[in-house]
Amino acid sequence: MRSLLYVSSAFILVVLAFWAYRVNYETQAAEARVKELRLEIAQERENIAVMRAEWAYLNRPDRLRELAELHFPDLQLMPLHSAQFGTPGMVAYPSEELLIENAVAAAFREAAEE
Amino acid sequence: MIRRPLRPLARVLSARLKGENPDDVEAEERAARLRKLQKVERQRAETRLLLVGVLFLMGFGAVGGRMAMLAASEPVEPTSGGQRATITMQRADIVDRNGNILATNLATEALYAQPLEMVDPQAAATGLAEIFPDLDAEKLLADFTGTKKFLWLKRTISPEQHQAVHDLGEPGLLFGPREIRLYPNGKIAAHVLGGAGFGREGVHAAEVIGKAGVESKFDDYLRDPAEGGAPLELSLDLSVQSAVETVLAGGMRLMNAKGASAVLMDVKTGEILSLASLPDFDPNQRPVAPTKGDPADSPIFNRVVQGRYELGSTFKIFTAAMALESGYANPNTMIDTQGPLRWGKFTIRDFHDYGKTLSLMDVIVKSSNIGTARMAQEMGTEKQQAFLKSLGFFEALPVELTEASRSKPLLPPRWSELSTMTISYGHGLAASPLHLATAYSSIVNGGVRVTPTILKREAPRAGADFVISEATSSEVTRMLRAVVSRGTASMGDVPGYSVGGKTGTADKPHPNGGYYEDKVITTFAATFPTNEPKYVLVVTLDEPEIEDGDEARRTAGWTAAPVAAEIIRRIAPLMNMRPENMEQESQVVSMALARN
Repeated sequence: MRSLLYVSSAFILVVLAFWAYRVNYETQAAEARVKELRLEIAQERENIAVMRAEWAYLNRPDRLRELAELHFPDLQLMPLHSAQFGTPGMVAYPSEELLIENAVAAAFREAAEE
Repeated sequence: MIRRPLRPLARVLSARLKGENPDDVEAEERAARLRKLQKVERQRAETRLLLVGVLFLMGFGAVGGRMAMLAASEPVEPTSGGQRATITMQRADIVDRNGNILATNLATEALYAQPLEMVDPQAAATGLAEIFPDLDAEKLLADFTGTKKFLWLKRTISPEQHQAVHDLGEPGLLFGPREIRLYPNGKIAAHVLGGAGFGREGVHAAEVIGKAGVESKFDDYLRDPAEGGAPLELSLDLSVQSAVETVLAGGMRLMNAKGASAVLMDVKTGEILSLASLPDFDPNQRPVAPTKGDPADSPIFNRVVQGRYELGSTFKIFTAAMALESGYANPNTMIDTQGPLRWGKFTIRDFHDYGKTLSLMDVIVKSSNIGTARMAQEMGTEKQQAFLKSLGFFEALPVELTEASRSKPLLPPRWSELSTMTISYGHGLAASPLHLATAYSSIVNGGVRVTPTILKREAPRAGADFVISEATSSEVTRMLRAVVSRGTASMGDVPGYSVGGKTGTADKPHPNGGYYEDKVITTFAATFPTNEPKYVLVVTLDEPEIEDGDEARRTAGWTAAPVAAEIIRRIAPLMNMRPENMEQESQVVSMALARN
């Protein structure tokens, strides 16, 4: 009975030791991976920062103005002017038949006539 | 346990047989028992001592061992557990009110040399001189072959240059990582941003510190890791700022001025939407401050904040506001404008003779010095001082630019009655255009005192502090509108935006005392739209002069006002302001444009 106790406790000890070591190595691996990912994130952040700087540089007002002047024959872009503000009255409304509710009503009427 | 008796029967019997005293046996036995007891106790005590010793040894051993480990190991940051700060850049970005980048960072490299490691100093020197035209091959060779162990070659290099130096294959040429401050928009908003440069430099990193403007004012905030790299949001609007600078530069050229400035302020919040000062500079390469000559002529001089000018007739509206507020006059009160007005040796004249009297409204519309001076004289010095003080003309502005705190208005050393009279029309008190814009904002927004700010502010500061009543404010705005619709600033009108404003032309003070005859500072302080003022724009031109026929014209109505009008024409649509009362004709134009 006693020897069984000894053997089993030794066995449990081995199992626990194995488990503990495994957890330890897993943690270390996870930490290494986290470190790697952080490095990668930092790298990506730096790339994003460069891209943002590039984007801001390419969209600087001076350059846009030059481009607008360069492509004026094609695009005819002008500085915003107060005359370019419109009124709702200037929007062309669709003709009566094209409005959906009218079309639906007409369809109902036709169905009723039949 | 079987206890051994003190008088064992066997020994007692044998002692009796031998005729010895059995008591001796007992004493012997007793002594033996005592010895045994002592031995046991001694052993127990020794064991305890040993145990305590071992415990202490283990404790001290653990502490000592840990100390040795800490001393011997490389310092590392704890990596696991908790959210780590997510900073990659050492300095936060600066953005405008819409999130457009005004300043950001860029990773680059610094180049240094360690001559002791060099394989071929000759080749390195000639190679470097080819890559960097500003380096001298002979001087480099002297440095490389001399006694120096370390020298900086270039503070920042481009990726192409980096590759080229790399291709030289010289182990003695090394690179250190650097972050540089980049202003992608170039000269735009240069005076607000200021610029940045390197502080303490090491091989592996260099501090970037702000040199002027918001970069310097918010240096601690921008570098604070606790902020997590959150960008600094300014009140500027990049597209408005760009348009203002473009138009202002064109206007400066057209008016033959040597300098110009413009500031646009939201009258409710005090936010500065645009601040331009010409000539300007590129903050990517901020020029050094000049050591000789007038610092006010340097491009790094911020005319809006640092420039203190006598702002001329733009001040008359303050005198008028004071008169209305105190009940001294209403817009129709007739003011004596009979000239010239004498005070001691001094004579005050008007640009034209306006006859005997003008209504207060017309004093402002026609800009009569005499009328304004008379009113100020009658209302008194104390009242004027109190009013100008409430508008902020006695102190440096609390705006968040490093230069502002050093720009206190220049007040007359002795505020005599004559000072009161001249200050009433803007002479004898020099203040920055930003002071003027702030004061104008306060009097047209319904009378609430505003504090200028360069930071984005969602709502006006709580706790309204009235400088004048709302009724006075609307009267004043009506007067400003009349100045533009039928007065000295008729060139400042912009169809659809109901501009109101006041011109000011002031002779430039001579450095040796007195005033120049033919050099002026012209100012146009405008507000729009006058039916519900939203913005104040102050434009100043330094020494403008245009030819109109044979006549040289220098007044603000001819110089600053049309420039301001053009600025408003350009920026109002950019700020989503719909024109009002536009005649049918312009709509036809816009339809034609849309069709094109």
